[in-house]
Amino acid sequence: MTHLKVNGVVRSFDGDPEMPLLWYLRDILGLTGTKFGCGMALCGACTVLENGKAIRSCTTQMGKVEGLEITTIEGISARGPHLVQKAWAEANVPQCGYCQPGQIMQAVSLLSSKPKPTDDDIDSVMAGNICRCGTYQRIRAAIKGAAKETA
Amino acid sequence: MTSTEKIALEEIAIENVSRRNFLQGMLSASAFVLWAGKSPLLAKAARSGAPFTATGASVSVAGSSVDATAFHPSLFVGIQTDGTVYIVAHRSEMGNGVRTSLPRVLADELDADWTRVKVIQGDGDERYGSQDTDGSHSVREFFDVLREAGATARLMLVRAAAQQWGIPESQCVTDPVHTVADKNSHRKLGYGELAALAAKLPVPKKEELQLKSPQAWRYIGKPAPGFDVPDICSGKPLYGMDVRVEGMLYAAIAHPPVLGGKVKSLDDSAALKVTGVKKTISIDPFTPPHAAQPLGGVAVIADNTWTAFKGRDRLKIEWDNGSHAVYNSTEFKKQLQQTARQPGKVVHSVGDPDAEFAKGVKIVEAEYFAPHLAHASMEPPVAVADVRDSGVTVWSPTQDPQGVQEQVARALGLKKENVVCHVTLLGGAFGRKSLPDYAVEAALLSKKTGKPVKVVWSREDDIKFDYFHSVAAMYLKAALDDKGMPKAWLQRSVFPPIGSTFDPSAVYSGAGEMSLGWNVIPFAVPNFRSENGPATAHVRIGWLRSVANIYHAFAVQSFANELAYAANRDPYEYLLSLIGPARMIDAGQASPMTQKYPYDTGRLRRVAELAAEKANWGKKKFGKGSGMGIAAHRSFLTYVASVVEVEVDDSGAVRIPHVYTAVDTGIVANPEMVRQQFEGAAVFGTSLARTGEITATGGAIDQSNFHDYPVARMNDAPVQVDVHIVESGAPPAGVGEPGVPPIAPAICNAIFAATGKRVRELPLARNGFS
Repeated sequence: MTHLKVNGVVRSFDGDPEMPLLWYLRDILGLTGTKFGCGMALCGACTVLENGKAIRSCTTQMGKVEGLEITTIEGISARGPHLVQKAWAEANVPQCGYCQPGQIMQAVSLLSSKPKPTDDDIDSVMAGNICRCGTYQRIRAAIKGAAKETA
Repeated sequence: MTSTEKIALEEIAIENVSRRNFLQGMLSASAFVLWAGKSPLLAKAARSGAPFTATGASVSVAGSSVDATAFHPSLFVGIQTDGTVYIVAHRSEMGNGVRTSLPRVLADELDADWTRVKVIQGDGDERYGSQDTDGSHSVREFFDVLREAGATARLMLVRAAAQQWGIPESQCVTDPVHTVADKNSHRKLGYGELAALAAKLPVPKKEELQLKSPQAWRYIGKPAPGFDVPDICSGKPLYGMDVRVEGMLYAAIAHPPVLGGKVKSLDDSAALKVTGVKKTISIDPFTPPHAAQPLGGVAVIADNTWTAFKGRDRLKIEWDNGSHAVYNSTEFKKQLQQTARQPGKVVHSVGDPDAEFAKGVKIVEAEYFAPHLAHASMEPPVAVADVRDSGVTVWSPTQDPQGVQEQVARALGLKKENVVCHVTLLGGAFGRKSLPDYAVEAALLSKKTGKPVKVVWSREDDIKFDYFHSVAAMYLKAALDDKGMPKAWLQRSVFPPIGSTFDPSAVYSGAGEMSLGWNVIPFAVPNFRSENGPATAHVRIGWLRSVANIYHAFAVQSFANELAYAANRDPYEYLLSLIGPARMIDAGQASPMTQKYPYDTGRLRRVAELAAEKANWGKKKFGKGSGMGIAAHRSFLTYVASVVEVEVDDSGAVRIPHVYTAVDTGIVANPEMVRQQFEGAAVFGTSLARTGEITATGGAIDQSNFHDYPVARMNDAPVQVDVHIVESGAPPAGVGEPGVPPIAPAICNAIFAATGKRVRELPLARNGFS
């Protein structure tokens, strides 16, 4: 039996310990904001926060999440839009939008460790998150916008 | 909603419709819109099929809240007595912005308050006309239809107010929005207050409508953010991948590694031992042509996605690979190149290029090659189907919901009227989701299990079993005069055609691919011939964002650049000389479409000039390893030029600091969407130029995921893409695709300027660049 917290709620899981956190969130808890993109930690669509830091839920097995505090896109949206989500809307970032929850979670993680990221900081941290629609320059602008708001 | 209420609701809709001869006058000019007598909007509400049973709000905006007694003057719009305006988006949203741009066209003529508009996604329904969201024609095809729908509703609201007040309708205005006001007094009535009365009025004829002048547009041409942005950013269940239906099972399918392969032997014992795996089900191989049929294989049915994947990994299958096991990319490339060196089928001919070539003037020849590409939309193919005796319901990210209805019905031996297709948001598509093989898989498996089934493709499935963008070899030859201008031009293109997906014997392109940047060129060349050579397909060939324009623009715009250097001219100045004076290009296919959208070289020239001006062409100084390239191309009736800056270091690493794109797409519904599409197209074009390459060995695709099929990331995409839109009163043209074709040749031309190395084969990774 694995115990973890998801968006502040204590959960327990006694299924297949090899099941990735991604599919536990999506199929068992019904938290579908976290997306499936590659299953190999190559695209970042599945990004969630573990104790505030971005991880790829598609390669994080349920057997390894004991005691962790997981926050998903639904978690940061619970009390109205997060600063980063507001910045995303301000820059009108999304096209198809499928990767954007993962992008937003990665950006939240970046800004919590580096409140004033440089272009290089942004590029190197966000390079793990693919957007096939190609919204990168707006993502960069949104992160800068959010960083300004935290000033 | 109970069944009694459902019937009542639909009856009211029918009654309303027949009494008022709904929209027939208005839509008769549009032959593709049929009116069959009841509002699809109401029918959708009656079905009340909120598919998302998990946490989070339903995307079925209408739900059961649509008031059947309110005002439904058209297929596309309904007004509630509380003033809420529902506008149907009948085309698919995959990032193309269509759920925002088209509803705003209707809202404009309606003088609706955009903040009180709710956009509802239309189900598959032929009464809407074409819903096949490909070929960049949503706004082009429906701009006038939706303007007229909005104007119809507005006129009926005005007449309702005029009748209530007993004044002439000419005394009524709808400014400010959402209200009819009496010009001569302070009286006004909100649209909600007028809805019930308006619903009783006859629908006006098209001739009675007064469309706004462009100067009066309040939304058309004005930038607006995407309607779904807040829901997307908060992770709401919007996509096909997010659909959850009560009692649903999950399926992963082991597809034959080679097209047309069959299961020779199956051992599913290890798969069935995985806890949560319910059963395995064989899916029959297709009967050619494969078209939108499933590939066949073995499905693992489980109680969640992960377990289905895990069970599939444990299947032991021996395959009979069939005839396409001969397919090897390296050999196939040589064959295509050989074919491209031989005379082909003549597509279009002007003058006598051979006579010029025989004169012994300066001849330039070049060969170009571009590989297969995979779509790799971020959301892999996925669908949920629920097959019952009473009918079939499918939830799917699809570009073509009517195609889903047809193909699912065909596979199950039903009529398409028995198939309901709910369209979710598409997590990208780029042409892949126009063919619904994955929805048919879900339907077949639901029928066999008696439960709703969700078929989920992994990324590996997506890349290996795509409808691939075609591999292509091109040969070009020009005879130059003493000023370096071409007197004659021959171009020959060879690729397995998309037609092979629907006819296995097809080896030549139909008119489709030839019209995508090949039958004619916008250059002032007195003697010209375009040709097409034969090639056999060994994988499924499909449409990918801008389709054959990708390889055709790569060849033509690279060759134009090579000729500039052969003539010792500046490539931009030379390109303008090639385009020559403003004139209409005759592609020999006169039709109402070519009359409405003539091929105007003056407009192409203008975008080339604008892109060059914005990029500071000829004035900006470049150091070692840096330079600019230009390419200009018309596709989907839109004129585009891009100037790309590159920096190439000693190791061959290419950085793209800036792309300047100029676009003339006629009237623009929403410039914000146009900017987004052309920004994204520059990234899409960069992906295919840098690393896009799908290959096959023994008929099986070599690539599987983003490690061996890389796409542009933030650190290798263009840093900045500037989009400059030409103001135009011409009819609206395509937006989603035409930004892609100029990017690869502009990058390669820039690399030549920067390094002196000519790239004639995509991707860059094949040429020592990274």
